[in-house]
Amino acid sequence: MENNELLEHFDRMLRSACTPAAIREVEEGGSFDSMWEPIAQSGFLDALVSENAGGFGLTLAEIQPLLRALGRHAVPLPVGETMVARAMLANAGLDLPPGPITLAVALHGAGMPVPFGKTCAHALVDFGDVCELVSADAAGLVTTGVRGSVDAMLTLTGSGGGRHIERPDNGLLPIAAVLRAISMAGAADHLLEMTTAYANERVQFGKPIGRQQALQQQLAVMAEDVVAMRMAAQLACAGGWPLNLAAVATAKSIASTAAPRIAATAHAVHGAIGISEEFDLQLYTRRLHEWRLAHGAETYWNRILGAARLEADRCSIDWIRDAIFA
Amino acid sequence: MFDTLTLARLPEEDEALRPLVRQLAQDAVAQMPMDARARSWSGFDAAFSRKLGQEGLLGLTLPKEYGGGGRGPFARFVVVEELLNAGAPPAAHWIADRQSAPLILNFGTEEQRQFYLPRICKGEALFCIGMSEPGSGSDLASVRTRAERTESGWRVNGQKIWTTNSLHSDYMIALLRTSGNPQDRHKGLSQLIIDLKVPGITIRPITDLAGDAYFSEVFLEDVDLPPDALIGTEGEGWKQVTAELAFERSGPERIYSSVVLLDGWIAHLRKHGRIDDATRALVGDFTARLATLRAMSIACTARLAAGESPVVEASITKDLGTSFEQELPNAIGDDLASHPGEAIAAELYRALAFVAQIAPSFSLRGGTREILRGIIARGLGLR
Repeated sequence: MENNELLEHFDRMLRSACTPAAIREVEEGGSFDSMWEPIAQSGFLDALVSENAGGFGLTLAEIQPLLRALGRHAVPLPVGETMVARAMLANAGLDLPPGPITLAVALHGAGMPVPFGKTCAHALVDFGDVCELVSADAAGLVTTGVRGSVDAMLTLTGSGGGRHIERPDNGLLPIAAVLRAISMAGAADHLLEMTTAYANERVQFGKPIGRQQALQQQLAVMAEDVVAMRMAAQLACAGGWPLNLAAVATAKSIASTAAPRIAATAHAVHGAIGISEEFDLQLYTRRLHEWRLAHGAETYWNRILGAARLEADRCSIDWIRDAIFA
Repeated sequence: MFDTLTLARLPEEDEALRPLVRQLAQDAVAQMPMDARARSWSGFDAAFSRKLGQEGLLGLTLPKEYGGGGRGPFARFVVVEELLNAGAPPAAHWIADRQSAPLILNFGTEEQRQFYLPRICKGEALFCIGMSEPGSGSDLASVRTRAERTESGWRVNGQKIWTTNSLHSDYMIALLRTSGNPQDRHKGLSQLIIDLKVPGITIRPITDLAGDAYFSEVFLEDVDLPPDALIGTEGEGWKQVTAELAFERSGPERIYSSVVLLDGWIAHLRKHGRIDDATRALVGDFTARLATLRAMSIACTARLAAGESPVVEASITKDLGTSFEQELPNAIGDDLASHPGEAIAAELYRALAFVAQIAPSFSLRGGTREILRGIIARGLGLR
């Protein structure tokens, strides 16, 4: 299939599986089985699995538009994470378990939020020396208590009795961070669409509020952030495996820095309706805030990028060309 | 939204230009202190521009039959990136290479192409653009300077201002009213190529706050021009200018204006061995943003290469880019002056002061921030 066809097919499937009502049901603790089923049936979960192992053998850059669609539809399940985990497990010759698999990093001890910790059957956990496929029950994932959140706190610091696979260089953090950065770009894109549409509909002072220059200027800045997020995410996927750490840092730094600004503008334009639960805006702004923190916020990644940059006796353009665009 | 702006790569054959440009740029800046290099694309050196022309590095987007490189926008991106990287002075050929030549190629007659383009490619015909007037800044459609048809061609009367490099240029492409009056707005505007050596033209330099005199006032009093001074179609000036602005706004100069200062600061940090968390985070933030802007600028270049006129995409990149360029001197100044144990080299201090003071111009030249955001809002369907 051509890339566009692939995306359209995936997008259609998500639109019907992940309606706002279905998302809320999962977020409120309902079963995710009926949402997962069409996603699993679609075959897309093996997009990154090599063709020899029965998958599509696609690259991260090729599926990047699909991953962005996951954010655009506020999918409350670790679909991208499962794609990555299945490719790694298949590569290690392990059987692929059914159900969603999230990615978790246990290097720094307990107490870090794991995206989709409540909506996974397994977690692939990075222990620093090895990665282990731990069943959700054994992973010590404790609900955060944040309303609507499907994330959970990781309490596991030692083996959960699962199968081991070799840990990639730099572990799972870079890919986990990139998946969030891409989804953030998707969620941000949807917020821009929602907010622009609302600004054209909502009438105050006798005209749509989008006709006010003050709002136009804010929405223009929001559009700039959205485009920058998408571009940085694309940059991080461009080099394939293993991920380029400097490009990963760039993508997550840009996404996490822009996320609160984008959420703030979306809410400012929507006014009070955006604060209400039944309006879908909160599904997206909550995700931007949570994913901003997930797997390292902007300062974490800026430090990594800055440290690498300061080691080099180069000018910035040369360093960026070699280290990020290579 | 704006999905057409997508990651693109610089083609290998255009990357191959890099070593030659780098060599020439390095030679040009060998004796220049950091604050001179920090002038970035305002730096003027006609001999350097001619040298680039001789080496075939100007007019890269133009067909070979007019003396151009027969390449495209990607080649020009590589050359411009290298010049800005070094802080080499490209101002003499800048406007001709960036927008006047494409304008003449797209809208000019065959005679006009033959007359101007080969000299532009050699760095021997220097252009400036006459858009702003004392009463017309962001509201460009209100221009009053008028060109009237005469028996022998055109007669121009009026005044242009903030015209960069007009004092050292051979020609000015001016946006003029050829019919109607300022109330007619976009109608009745045309572009004329004015030979700056003809009688009736007085150019008065304007010293800027940094002590430089890059821009000027241009007085036009009964300036008689031949019929072929008109470029493109009479009355279509606004449309032509809009197309030209996509070239003007999309280039890497909208993200790299402060890069010499950035590099000077990073060299300072390395010299003093400062690698604490806060410093790393600040350097990382700048690096991530610069890399992302570069990707956006290359993506705009790809739209130009595809024959499009990415007006909105260029505005997105320019506004984000100039915001970054403007933030650098503020953050760097705070950093340098908050580490009193680290001596600040005089040229770094001067470069910082220059960029800090001139930075407001980054979001004025080529369209103000507010105008660009209005264009983006239109692209969003809000107006």
